Amino acid sequence: MCVTCGCGGGETTIDTGEPKRRHAHDHGHPHGHDHSHGHSHGHDHSHGQDHGHDHAHDHAGDHAGRTVALERDILSANARLAADNRRLLAKTSSIALNLMSSPGSGKTTLLVETLKRLGAVPAVVIEGDQQTSNDAERIRATGRKAIQINTGKGCHLDAHMVGHALEHLPLEPNGLVFIENVGNLVCPAAFDLGEARRVVILSVTEGEDKPLKYPDMFAVADLVVLTKTDLAPYVDFDGEAARAHVARINPSVPVIEVSVRREDGLKPWLDWLTTQRRAALEARRRQIEAELAALDAGVPA
Amino acid sequence: MHELSICQSLIDMIADEARRQAFNRVEVVRIEVGRFAGVEPGALAFGFEVASRGTVCDGARLEIVDLPGLAYCFACEESVELSDRLAPCPKCGGGRLQPTGGDELRVKDLEVV
Repeated sequence: MCVTCGCGGGETTIDTGEPKRRHAHDHGHPHGHDHSHGHSHGHDHSHGQDHGHDHAHDHAGDHAGRTVALERDILSANARLAADNRRLLAKTSSIALNLMSSPGSGKTTLLVETLKRLGAVPAVVIEGDQQTSNDAERIRATGRKAIQINTGKGCHLDAHMVGHALEHLPLEPNGLVFIENVGNLVCPAAFDLGEARRVVILSVTEGEDKPLKYPDMFAVADLVVLTKTDLAPYVDFDGEAARAHVARINPSVPVIEVSVRREDGLKPWLDWLTTQRRAALEARRRQIEAELAALDAGVPA
Repeated sequence: MHELSICQSLIDMIADEARRQAFNRVEVVRIEVGRFAGVEPGALAFGFEVASRGTVCDGARLEIVDLPGLAYCFACEESVELSDRLAPCPKCGGGRLQPTGGDELRVKDLEVV
């Protein structure tokens, strides 16, 4: 059972795409890298042990019952691991994007077409699905590195799974890390993965009222991407209504429209990605400037 | 059904606390759930019952303290309480609302023996 949140328990597997390991995985012998999450092993994020109170007391007189105040977020273990992921990603000014949507919205197609157009921009992909490595295979066909997480019965990715996936990925300076969450407009909204931005994808074939039906997901979005917009006229998709519904739930979130079928159909999305990379570099510049200022002032950094 | 994962996380946390603070059985678990936390209280109760079997929480009562959704109304220029994400402003009936609170998912305290 996953020590972080128990989601899907020991069913979670990670496929790195390395031939040897996949062979062993196909035979169902868990080892080294195709691990289930039931055992501990070395990696550079901590599993969030609390060190506050690690000695046992003699509570012999306490049998009458008492109240123990906790005042703690229930998902605090996940939040700690997400913070670890965020620190790791910040070391290389990498930008992790958590892509969430219902199944079939075109997440993987959007990613494949994006990767083809990114040229020299470093990018890696973490794929989350209950079963199969189909999506990771589609990504690898573009020449990019992809890790497949299979959650088994689990309905969402969590920070623990993503932390393990990141161990297998080369993080290059200012690169993009796309995390394609399990197709589900409910559960993934609650789990911080350590991403920089949460991107919610809505295809026009799903209907413009999805934001009202699944408000919790749209409420956490930092960007909403409308996909398959070339199909809008055929499915009577009302873009204005869709934007109004998104604004009803999340007034400040930007909404962009893309189509992989049109020549420049991904431009708003590619521009947004550039903005994110730029912001990460600017943050790094500010940090370096602060370090320089501290150095000049004679304060140990 | 992410409520089961949430309950698992809750029970793991309590099991750690049981070792640290040396208690053997939990009678009541009190949690605070905001209206915008994205969890269904009924599913939480079910998940808790399933996930607590054979743990320090086996047989414990889960008390859910319901916290209101909070939003800033751009028309009224003040903070208002909402019953759900699609509810209009209770003061002006408008829909120009920015959620500002109500996504709490916290364990408050335990009654233990």
